[in-house]
Amino acid sequence: MTAPALYGLCGAALVGIGLYGLLAGASALRRILGFNVVGSGIFLYFGSLAARHPTLAVDPVPQAMIITGIVVALAGTALAVAIAIRLHDETAPARPPGEAEDRDACDPR
Amino acid sequence: MPATLADLGMPLVPWAAVSVVLPLTAALVAALLGRHAHHLAVPMALAGIAVAALAILDVVRHGVIETTIGGWTPPLGIALRLDGLGSAFLAVIALVGAGVTLFARAGFGPDAEGRETRRGYAFWPLVFCTIGGLAAIAVAGDLFNLYVGLELLTVTAVALVALDGKPAALAAAMRYLLFALLGSLLYLLGAAILYVAHGTLDIRLLSRSADPETATLAAVVLMTAGLMAKAALFPLHGWLPPAHGSAPAPASALLSALVVKAPFIIMLRLWFEVAPEIATSVVAQGLGALGAAGILVGSLLALRQHRLKLVIAYSTVAQLGYLMLVFPLAGGSGEQQPWSAGAWTGVVFHALSHALAKGAMFIAAGAMAEAIGDDRMDRLDGVGQHLPIAAFAFGLAAVSLMGLPPSGGFTGKYLLLTSAFASGQWWWAVVMIGGGLLAAGYLFRPLSRLLAKREQPGALLAVTRWRQAIALGLAMLSVLLGLLSLGPYELLQIGRPGSAVEGLSS
Repeated sequence: MTAPALYGLCGAALVGIGLYGLLAGASALRRILGFNVVGSGIFLYFGSLAARHPTLAVDPVPQAMIITGIVVALAGTALAVAIAIRLHDETAPARPPGEAEDRDACDPR
Repeated sequence: MPATLADLGMPLVPWAAVSVVLPLTAALVAALLGRHAHHLAVPMALAGIAVAALAILDVVRHGVIETTIGGWTPPLGIALRLDGLGSAFLAVIALVGAGVTLFARAGFGPDAEGRETRRGYAFWPLVFCTIGGLAAIAVAGDLFNLYVGLELLTVTAVALVALDGKPAALAAAMRYLLFALLGSLLYLLGAAILYVAHGTLDIRLLSRSADPETATLAAVVLMTAGLMAKAALFPLHGWLPPAHGSAPAPASALLSALVVKAPFIIMLRLWFEVAPEIATSVVAQGLGALGAAGILVGSLLALRQHRLKLVIAYSTVAQLGYLMLVFPLAGGSGEQQPWSAGAWTGVVFHALSHALAKGAMFIAAGAMAEAIGDDRMDRLDGVGQHLPIAAFAFGLAAVSLMGLPPSGGFTGKYLLLTSAFASGQWWWAVVMIGGGLLAAGYLFRPLSRLLAKREQPGALLAVTRWRQAIALGLAMLSVLLGLLSLGPYELLQIGRPGSAVEGLSS
């Protein structure tokens, strides 16, 4: 198996794992993480395709697109985390000071 | 360089680029201006309408206009392409954007003591960014540029939903964001597959190179699924009503009128321009069936709502369903019956008039909610007397949504109905007529309350006449789109893809 094919398959596996997390995740934070795992899988897959011709030079265009995609995913993640924290602050019951925080801090339930 | 372009009789100013750069610049300026940002509303509304008008003039004079950024031609560079579809959407973006920003000027300025508010500070950059993202999608000639535009829209639209900061709004925004992000990923994966299969993401180059193959099919299916999640098309519509119902009224107008249409424009470009040959008749009928289900479910749920904004939001779900009917109806055996080839144009007409009418309706609902303090239906009694202009605007917009003549909604539905009958697919005609009747049902509920006599205690707050008139202006434009339909019809034929005439599943 060639290296690009291995990377591509790893990317596909990451997409599958992340999709499961995104769709079945119980808390908002897990879904956000799932989104990031899918994103990483797509970027890995896309990057592996840049070297799909063993004899030709590596195609630089996917790299440029991946960088744009990473920036976009970062912005989306930042917004999602900000909303999740705000939602937690608004809906969490008031606690006496010093008591431990929830383990799963961003649970929207 | 400009001199040679002028010699060729080509347009001097790339209005496609201006229409994107102008609102994005305004967003930056609005962030710097802080509490004075609402002063940008009037100049930006006028500038936006002027740019859209000039863009349309150029398209009418020169046909499809391609602008290459930085002089790099595709496949290496990125092209902006201004055609009839794109310039018509630019016009509607400018008009609804003007209505939204002018209406929001009073609610999102500094507070009574002239201090800056969090709401006001966040609103203006977000609205201008949304308008910029919409314009970018209208003029993009490249699937990756469309992705960037979509993402800009996602981030700003979700932030607009969350603007009020109440738990319900935040939960709706979170739900919207997760749907939208999943949609983006599916779209990006599809784009990656298309790039690998064809070596380009430029729409025109793809339309030349695409031959039916598994990779193209997989890519278009992934992208369509992602775009359906973003456009709230059935069965992925669940996020829309809470999100559009809890956003501030001007933001809801922008979201419901325009933001959900942007993914649909991309779907039109994908299916009709990039890969018209991959659609089989089963695929086309299946997409149409999802649209029909959306019309039915959205309308029935709209009938059951107790809040005005939720009625309007569910109506958006129903009206978006009509858009999907383009897939089975386009073509409509156009080679034998040329007049029946109008389904593609009909759907675009429907999208444009829905944008204007829905913008008008949410702004009118915003005026009513300001007057009574909330948007509960059982408190609407007699508000028509108090806000006659907003109530009239609501009624006029309802006429267009129901598809009654002479509105733009009627023109769109008429073209679709003709195609349905001409191609012998009468079942879609039944869906459309049933959808119109259901729309009458759910819109008469608030209308009859508006026209009833007020017997409830409690004074109504005043809403100035000119702010109500903004809703009326948009509603009248949506009717005018039907009365003066010939001009827009001709405009949409410029750069119309050939598959819009021949049909997808021939």
